[in-house]
Amino acid sequence: MFQIFSDFASWLIYGLLGLSAETKLGDALHFFVEDVTKIFALLLVMIYLIALMRASLNVERVRDYLAGKHRGVGYLMGAGFGVVTPFCSCSSIPVFLGFTSAGIPLGITMSFLITSPLINEVAILLLMSLLGLKFTILYVVVGMSVGMLGGLFLDTIKAERWLQSFAAEALKRGQQKGGVDKVVAGANAEPLSLPQRHQFAKTEMLDIFGRVWKWVIIGVGLGAALHGFVPDGWIEANLGDGQWWSVPAAVLLGIPLYSNATGVIPVMESLIINGLPIGTTLAFCMSTVAASFPEFILLKQVMQWRLLAILFCLLLVAFTLVGWIFNAFTPMLLSSQ
Amino acid sequence: MKIIKVLGSGCKKCLETAELVQAVADEKGVAIKIEKVTEMAQIMAYEVMSTPAVVVDEKVVHKGSKPTKDQIAEWI
Repeated sequence: MFQIFSDFASWLIYGLLGLSAETKLGDALHFFVEDVTKIFALLLVMIYLIALMRASLNVERVRDYLAGKHRGVGYLMGAGFGVVTPFCSCSSIPVFLGFTSAGIPLGITMSFLITSPLINEVAILLLMSLLGLKFTILYVVVGMSVGMLGGLFLDTIKAERWLQSFAAEALKRGQQKGGVDKVVAGANAEPLSLPQRHQFAKTEMLDIFGRVWKWVIIGVGLGAALHGFVPDGWIEANLGDGQWWSVPAAVLLGIPLYSNATGVIPVMESLIINGLPIGTTLAFCMSTVAASFPEFILLKQVMQWRLLAILFCLLLVAFTLVGWIFNAFTPMLLSSQ
Repeated sequence: MKIIKVLGSGCKKCLETAELVQAVADEKGVAIKIEKVTEMAQIMAYEVMSTPAVVVDEKVVHKGSKPTKDQIAEWI
């Protein structure tokens, strides 16, 4: 199914521009064109289809659903909703506050907040197309676990004491009220017709694509550079054994780097193809996506420094552990393929 | 004169919404007062969970996306 993109790239780079497949430049450019066109095509189709399905899901319904749920189930649902909701990080704070005002425990809200940038439906489909079902399931399970355990941990240390005061008060009010006023909440509940869904899907597609395409170009560009210019086998030779220090190093390296989950996937693909162990790759990519300064600056409005710092360290430790565990289990994972 | 508030924490969509509202008002020749609300505590007070959102004379008329020109025209 994807051969067409490779053929197009070959036509453009080797045919039209006359570069040779033997040179590093030709090879890298071919990879670049092929991957960019493939990903753009996949994105347009997938975002549209998913948005079509997602048209009747709104955040108010999610909040109503989560309010009053038992903690164990709550963490799972919180993380699950984080996966299927879109990733505009400017909405994550209003959503955070909305959940908090409904009395939803901080841990559940955090499960949602942690998984939301890490996993989204577009990233999942992209991962499936590029790296296969097994790896995709791995990524989702790991991402959700980090979200759930993170939420559980934060509740255990009673992290809600470190919310900014207005948020903390909203939480108390919400818990006393015992949930959400269903009359107000139900206001958005009429089902949408197909033309309405199409309109929503079209808008979402153009909007998300408009935000993400630059990341894809950068991500694939980096991947292509890796592909063409890092000597074959260098990564494999120096980092391929999953030396213990390479995981924390990867996590630290990911911090100042920021990418949308979608944009980091081409880089992930390149790293893995070049022999970087799965654990190290996961650690690096998750750190890049989740530990982002813009998001943390926004979170500062609702969290005190201490909570922000805890969250930050929580994520770093989690990703490092993920990296180590997966490096250790790689032989087992590969052999059962 | 209508008081229109655009709720959002400053990301591109929220800014564009405010600009579009002003543009529609200018086109229709209607005088309005636009306020950009970026403080989270205030946004929360309107019970809005997805920004950008638009509030006309203290009533939330739209939330979760950048409104179209036609939608804005209905409010002004």
